[in-house]
Amino acid sequence: MDTLLQHLLNGLILGGTYALLGIGLTLIFGIMNVVNFAHGEFYTLGAYGAFLFLTVLRADFFVALLGAVALGVVGGAVCERVLLRPLTGESIDTTMLVMIGVWIAMQNGELLAWGGVAKSIAHPFPQAPLVLGPVSVAPLRLFVFGAALVLIVASHLLIRRTRLGKAMRATFQDRETAALMGVDIHTIHTVTFAFGSGLAAAAGALLGPVFVVSPSMGDLAALKAFCVVILGGLGNLAGATLGGLILGIAEELGAGYVSSGYRDAIGFIMIILVLLLRPSGLFARAERVG
Amino acid sequence: MSRIGGAALAAVLLAAPVWIWSPYHLHILIMAGIFAVLALSLNLLLGYTGQLSLGHAAFFGIGAYTSALLTLRLGWPVWPAFAAAAALAGLAGYGIGRVSLKLRGAYFVLVTISFAGVTQLVSVNWMDLTNGPLGLPGVPAPSLAVPGLFRLSFVGKTAYYYLVLAVAAGAYFLCHRLVRSRIGRAFIALRENEALAESVGVEGTRYLVLAVVVSAALAGAAGSLYAHYTRFVSPEVFLFSYTVTMAIMVVAGGKGTLAGPVVGAVLFTALPEVLREATSWQWQMVLYGVLLILIVFFLPKGIVPTVAAWLRERRAPS
Repeated sequence: MDTLLQHLLNGLILGGTYALLGIGLTLIFGIMNVVNFAHGEFYTLGAYGAFLFLTVLRADFFVALLGAVALGVVGGAVCERVLLRPLTGESIDTTMLVMIGVWIAMQNGELLAWGGVAKSIAHPFPQAPLVLGPVSVAPLRLFVFGAALVLIVASHLLIRRTRLGKAMRATFQDRETAALMGVDIHTIHTVTFAFGSGLAAAAGALLGPVFVVSPSMGDLAALKAFCVVILGGLGNLAGATLGGLILGIAEELGAGYVSSGYRDAIGFIMIILVLLLRPSGLFARAERVG
Repeated sequence: MSRIGGAALAAVLLAAPVWIWSPYHLHILIMAGIFAVLALSLNLLLGYTGQLSLGHAAFFGIGAYTSALLTLRLGWPVWPAFAAAAALAGLAGYGIGRVSLKLRGAYFVLVTISFAGVTQLVSVNWMDLTNGPLGLPGVPAPSLAVPGLFRLSFVGKTAYYYLVLAVAAGAYFLCHRLVRSRIGRAFIALRENEALAESVGVEGTRYLVLAVVVSAALAGAAGSLYAHYTRFVSPEVFLFSYTVTMAIMVVAGGKGTLAGPVVGAVLFTALPEVLREATSWQWQMVLYGVLLILIVFFLPKGIVPTVAAWLRERRAPS
């Protein structure tokens, strides 16, 4: 029973960052109709960004995290502006191929810049785990979960409560009509991509100190993000949040009770099962953003 | 292509071991042949039905492992193992197609990626069957024997070149016959306008599943060819970079044409070898990524259709 609780807690913490990854990806897909295969690379960018700020610029840990997120936002904006805007109106396959190109180029660029040896990020939290009744948790992981939760809530508020969020939702529902009502579609696209990439970078910067940082870390992250998006339904923000938590917990339970070698297969199997049984996602009523 | 051009090309290819004396260059040509089969296979999906599979390395790997395991563990001769490799990959394609082709586009891409991920994890983790990351060494080379008459072994590069050439030509003609047939027209109709195609009685899902099965079987055959050529199979056959290379070959060569993937395969097997002298593997991959982006921007139709259009234009005024 205690092990089960421990697995559930670990899963929940892992799931928070999966949700961050999924929200970014689902927004980009929902609003821009772009399947962003480079999403995992912005996650990697965030992790290396944090590493860079900490070691080279000797920044404070929390400043480094913010810097990493900023790097993701700027990188995403540049990517959208340079590569995706000229392709507005092209088919989804075209932009997908471009994003696959970005993915390959960015990943191997990281490999060139940092080398293949994994790096670890130092953090200021004590190593001793906090014991909460039957379960224990490392303070760093608790911080990661808290930060992820804050970002998730902030994303929901941005989409639901602000003028910008309203414009984003309008663009999702009907691009032409939104444009006629004075929404600047191009700006919305840039903002969406930058925001999604920023969330991915935040996930990378948060998980970087928990695990290690390596150039190929984005591949698995991207696949998990896709899994989360499929679980929640494409374009469904609340679905992505829940999907992330579900995937995190399922992985922990699978690794704990079935086989740790197949931990990463659980996401894949869930994708296949969901597409087989409930292809519009677990929480679908109608397709929507928000 | 005119008849004379085709005959000339066939003569050049058949005589290749004569004018290519370096075993290294012959090796590149053999790999190009294997990749041509793979590119043709992916093109059947991406080019003719418009569905992108990013899990083709899985079918390639299934073919390689099937062939290696049947010959090593069960002592099968190579030829039935080759057939079984294609059949099993085709069967896997059938399953994937049935699962994912109720949905199209991005969903299909994701299911194929997931499938490739699962197969790779299985190949690494199922030690008893696959020997895990250590791989399976000592895969036998095929041989052809008529008892009492002759025995031809495909150990040497020259003999294997002809084998690969034969399979690649077979794959080309299979694709040629398929896309020129009623079935091929149904593929193209589905790519162009699915609703319209369905309205005249083309059953979308059925034809798409058929396309995946044929495509997967071809990739499986290529995997078997690869296993018996390198004589070694490891989880690396499932590497995503194989899939990416195939996609680049198809897109750069010209998707939806038959010559395109073949041209792409030769070009992009030779290019890394040329680049290898100049740069490291990582720079090469960065370059690949950039190249893919540049092709989408500047050569969206691919090399073969662009060159063909250019030639027609030059010929037209005279």
